[in-house]
Amino acid sequence: MLCTVCKKKEATVHLTQIVGDKLIKVDLCEECAKEKGIDDPTGFALAEVLMGLGVSEEAGQTASQTRCPQCGCSHADFKKTGRLGCPKCYEVFAEELAEVLKSMHRGARHVGKAPRKKQRARSVEERIELLQRKLEQAVAVEEYEEAARLRDEIRTLKKE
Amino acid sequence: MNLLDFLVPVEELVRRDGPEGCVVISSRVRLARNLEGMPFPGRAKKSDRAKALERIQEAVAQLPQMEGGLIRQMDSFSSWEKQALVERHLISREHAANGEGSGLALSRDQSVGVMINEEDHIRMHALLPGFQLEAAWRAIDELDTLLEERLDYAFSAKLGYLTACPTNVGTGIRVSAMLHLPGLVFAEQINQVIQAVNKLGLAVRGLYGEGTEALGNIFQVSNQMTLGESEEEILAKLRKVTAQLVEHEQNAREALLEKKPRMVFNTVGRAFGTLANAFTISSKEAINLLSVWRLGVELGMFPGVPRALADELLLLCQPAHLQLIRPREMKPEERDILRADLLRSRLAAVARPSLPPNHSDALDK
Repeated sequence: MLCTVCKKKEATVHLTQIVGDKLIKVDLCEECAKEKGIDDPTGFALAEVLMGLGVSEEAGQTASQTRCPQCGCSHADFKKTGRLGCPKCYEVFAEELAEVLKSMHRGARHVGKAPRKKQRARSVEERIELLQRKLEQAVAVEEYEEAARLRDEIRTLKKE
Repeated sequence: MNLLDFLVPVEELVRRDGPEGCVVISSRVRLARNLEGMPFPGRAKKSDRAKALERIQEAVAQLPQMEGGLIRQMDSFSSWEKQALVERHLISREHAANGEGSGLALSRDQSVGVMINEEDHIRMHALLPGFQLEAAWRAIDELDTLLEERLDYAFSAKLGYLTACPTNVGTGIRVSAMLHLPGLVFAEQINQVIQAVNKLGLAVRGLYGEGTEALGNIFQVSNQMTLGESEEEILAKLRKVTAQLVEHEQNAREALLEKKPRMVFNTVGRAFGTLANAFTISSKEAINLLSVWRLGVELGMFPGVPRALADELLLLCQPAHLQLIRPREMKPEERDILRADLLRSRLAAVARPSLPPNHSDALDK
């Protein structure tokens, strides 16, 4: 069996995780497993590994333990202070924030000024977002090859 | 440099009049911005705060708007100086509590300013006298556009400008008008008006912003929502609501003169009496009475007296402005005496109230 991530080496690390009511299986070679930082199989979400983007889906059940990798802010911290720790928190707590933002604002999407530098990036970001949704779906139906392809495409876009 | 030497003298400041100045004291637009990849000030370590401050200070210093302006760290101000900046609405009360690791930039004429490491890395504002929301937006938009070339803002295509508090995310804009509404307060219509404004998704706050009471019948109306509406839409809404509030206030003043002239003249006359004759007076009492006197001046009860005098005294009577004219720290009781002395001397030349020209027969009704 080949590694799901690099598709080159023999997979020696086999992981299974139940997210919500879905079973997710991933097979990794040693290098890829190390690269993903999988030394503690209980401390991460498979979907996260596959997407490699730090965005966890179905985060609902683990929300209060989730911490922003960049600033260490937890959902509980946010609830307590009403403030986020850093820009990255908006990605990490996207799901929890969606509800909060809905109750505060007119819409869920920014309209208005954007920094000139970011205007090109903006369309790229929208494309990444679309791919990311596709990726989540692919993971959900266990189409790992498609998921890996999407992940690579997202990576390339992010590098630009 | 001494802060007082930099600040526009109060008597000059109050002579900068704007459209609808009788009701709209000032127009403000502020933008919240943050640096990419840096923790927000509330969560930042000391070293991160210092780094953000340095980067922003450097970028702000290059702006043409800041030529001849002031750029300083907050720990270089005394607490009374910071309080005076709050009284002038140049910094927030929250920022006044900040010291090392936070900064402030003000343009020479103090119409634009940048707070560094307040709740967000950058809070920039334009503040203009009277009803000039558009002009304030243009001024701050221009500054922001120049600043974004020199700094990398935290921005997402979906959520716009990312801010420490999700209430500001999106445009990061707050458009606000500071209004003097004694007519609506006396007519007991103010609560209705506030409720109506709230229903439109706008906030009504007191003299010093969030969580402060409406001293001196002064209210700030501002947008609350920042995501899903463009800057222009928000601005248009505020402009429309402010124009309506100006009209309501003027109608309320006319109606009061029509229906309850004795009540109005009595209230104004007594306010003037106290202000011109007190030997000790608290800042709260002084502000409330000066608000009433300002109305009397506008109604023509003090011929020849400019509204600017009321506005000047409103500012000079506030604690930090009083304290800063004296070298020695005063106790509150001493300030109350000094305030009363100042009011008596400044109002000594003002003639006692008379009935406005077209209302000389009003009391017979």
